[in-house]
Amino acid sequence: MILGLSRSWSFLGYLIAAIITLPLVAIITQALVPDEAVFAHLLETVLPTYVANTLLLMFWVGLGSLIIAIPAAWLVAKCHFPGRRIFQWALLLPLAMPAYVVAYVYTDLLDYAGPLQKLLRELFAWQSPQDYYFPEVRSLGGASLMLSLVLFPYIYLLARTTFMEQSSSLQHAARVMGCGPWRSFWHLSLPMARPALAVGVALVAMETAADFATVSYFAVPTLTTAVYDTWLEYGSLSAAAKLSAIMLLVVFSMIGFERFARRKQQLFQKQTGVNQVELYLLKGMRAKLASGYCSALLFFSFLLPFIILLQYAWEYFDQSWSSAFWEYSLNSLYISGIVSVIAVFIGVLLMFIRRISPRRADLLPSRFASTGYALPGTVLAIGILVPLTYLDFAVNDLYEYLGHRGPGLIFTGSVFVLIFAFCIRFSAIAIGSVESSYKRISPSLDMAAITMGLKPRSLLCRVHIPLLRRGIFAGLLLVFIECMKELPAALLLRPVGFENLATYVFQFVSDEQLEHGALAAIVIVLVGLVPLIYLNRSLEQES
Amino acid sequence: MKIARSLSILGLVCLASAANAAEKLTVYSYRQAFLIDPILENFTKETGIDVEVVFSKKGIAERMVREGRLSPADIVLTSDFSRLMELVDKELVVQASSEVLNNNIPTKFRSPDDNWYSLTMRVRNVYSSKERLGKLAIDYEDLSDPKYMGKICTRSGKHPYNISLVASMIAHHGEAETRSWLEGLKANLARKPQGNDRAQVKAVKEGLCDIAIGNSYYLGKMLQDPKQVPWAESVEINFPNQANRGSHINVSGMALAKYAPNKENAIKLMEYLSGDEAQKAYAEVNYEYPINEDVAPSELVASWGDFKADSLPIFKLAEYHKTAVKLLDQVKFDL
Repeated sequence: MILGLSRSWSFLGYLIAAIITLPLVAIITQALVPDEAVFAHLLETVLPTYVANTLLLMFWVGLGSLIIAIPAAWLVAKCHFPGRRIFQWALLLPLAMPAYVVAYVYTDLLDYAGPLQKLLRELFAWQSPQDYYFPEVRSLGGASLMLSLVLFPYIYLLARTTFMEQSSSLQHAARVMGCGPWRSFWHLSLPMARPALAVGVALVAMETAADFATVSYFAVPTLTTAVYDTWLEYGSLSAAAKLSAIMLLVVFSMIGFERFARRKQQLFQKQTGVNQVELYLLKGMRAKLASGYCSALLFFSFLLPFIILLQYAWEYFDQSWSSAFWEYSLNSLYISGIVSVIAVFIGVLLMFIRRISPRRADLLPSRFASTGYALPGTVLAIGILVPLTYLDFAVNDLYEYLGHRGPGLIFTGSVFVLIFAFCIRFSAIAIGSVESSYKRISPSLDMAAITMGLKPRSLLCRVHIPLLRRGIFAGLLLVFIECMKELPAALLLRPVGFENLATYVFQFVSDEQLEHGALAAIVIVLVGLVPLIYLNRSLEQES
Repeated sequence: MKIARSLSILGLVCLASAANAAEKLTVYSYRQAFLIDPILENFTKETGIDVEVVFSKKGIAERMVREGRLSPADIVLTSDFSRLMELVDKELVVQASSEVLNNNIPTKFRSPDDNWYSLTMRVRNVYSSKERLGKLAIDYEDLSDPKYMGKICTRSGKHPYNISLVASMIAHHGEAETRSWLEGLKANLARKPQGNDRAQVKAVKEGLCDIAIGNSYYLGKMLQDPKQVPWAESVEINFPNQANRGSHINVSGMALAKYAPNKENAIKLMEYLSGDEAQKAYAEVNYEYPINEDVAPSELVASWGDFKADSLPIFKLAEYHKTAVKLLDQVKFDL
């Protein structure tokens, strides 16, 4: 794009990118420090298992989520069947469920003492675990399933939006040429949706790599838990940083793969809403199958765990109802609110610079800024604490040099560190959703705007932002929910006396008594639903 | 600009809250907040000193190393002994030197240098299924006996309670023998180590295993929760090694942070925690053995009977901590 974008824009972009990349640099620097053979010991004993577990988990969750999400997304976007309007938004609900809560509930249901196995034992008169085979819930497979159940909406959301926005003229042409629903799915919709699916899978895989609570609850050691243990148990920051570096290698090679897979995709689609006329009308058996599939998915991923949570909360209401509650809820809410606004602001700004800057190097800030998401909460915490602690000490030294009493740990000892961490981690989500919205704005629009004499700022505010609003909404939504649920970073970074819903609930999960924290878990879910409903309304208004 | 403004407001709020924190007592705690909150609330009621707690399962020592002289921590509470030693090793704590503490806490349960104190005692018990095994006269060594193949449940070997048990085995039997004991124990496990001590008793109730390794107070805690009463009632509590060296005990404890901003008040809190009222609360609410000899265990705990405790000096455990972790990794105990 040829446009006189002033250097100050680029500078701002680089500044943001540099801040976001800071933890990464800190990790790599730390990893180069010798570690008294801790790493060698790990390598010899448990590390290969950790790496294998991590890779397998990412693979299975990615695959599982794709298989679950694509049919649902396509059905909802392209077909008419009973309940479609409800499923359209309801299938996003699992996003509001923390994976460890789902894991806890299913463990209760499916393990040896759970109702299902009890029933089986009664039916077949089995006496002990040796009498029959039942898959172990607390296993790699179990963890993959649980994570797929709560992460598939990422792919669903992106795929559905893409399916809905796929140019109806193409669809029309396909139909005229005698292309049925199946053929148009395999040959048109699916290939065209590949960029969105790749983004979705990448999101899901990174979420999986970052998951801490589910795998630690299921006793499936992965790199994330290993980083945590090595740092805190062996007390070796540099060995933990080395593990983090391995983890980053895994994640970055995946990102690279994702970029490679869609390197030549360019999509110029129409942006003027959805053409309802094009829906396939499902009847009879097909309609039942479609409704049945979506209902089952909704039931297992959201309704069932939620109902059980309600039941826990009901039974243990007296123990769990406390004033601390509102405090934790407000803490979670305001942190998530602040972070989602900042993250989306960063996303729009960086993608705008990348799109219209004439300098090739200006591609870089958005790339670098996206790396924040690759840092799982535990890794990120190490990467943030190291530089921010330096900063804290520098500030205090300065105060003391000037003869005043220092202000204490203003960065690492306040909510600043949490907000900072969440912004770094979740800006990539905002960047991603703004990016995929940008892909649908034809460059010719920019050219038209420029020929009409628009300055960069007006181009951004008057042309791009209105066209990007779906991406912006989606970004706000995703970042918000992520912040509500993010656990390991919050566990490691929260300041003195600060508790949010996630850390509060996890305390109970790790103590095997979620029942007592069920009320708080319900609040996490409900608060997560608010933006979901809002987003859905805005999507519907547009169509 | 709006964003810049709200950010600067936020910054001010952060600064204000950081400044406020300096006028309170700050407790870094490895013990879950809800276990100690009632006790701390009483302290606040009596003295008017506010107490804020940061709970963390792991990493408090790391955090204090990083925070250095700027650390807001006044007191650290730990749920096991190795954590106390870690604080001492990293030079994060300082002498509290208090007559009251010295009177309340027996010599063998505090540091000769006054830089750490025990608060409560707990036994690493072996629970057995009432129905399938009954009461046992068992030694920790028996847990590797092939007759218990597929019958034992435990939490992660890397949990401090288990590390500490393994450290005591190393102290008594040496590294090589402990390693083969661990291998035997691992072979006897009914399932991969997971959950906490409570979950192991639950598994016994469910018939998944016959023996669970767990701390004494869990039994009391379970009897408080209607849902967990049947679990607790399905097991016998056994005190291992009564015929020889005695059961392995561990302590929860406290230490004064080196850079504590309010040392005077911090010592007040420490004295309070070792005093009758708080010790009684530990005993009655958490079913732990009080360290203060003037305070009796709760009725329930007393009903489990007297026991002989391992006479190994507790600081010895710290020496074998690292070796214990290494052995657990070597035999891939948790995998």
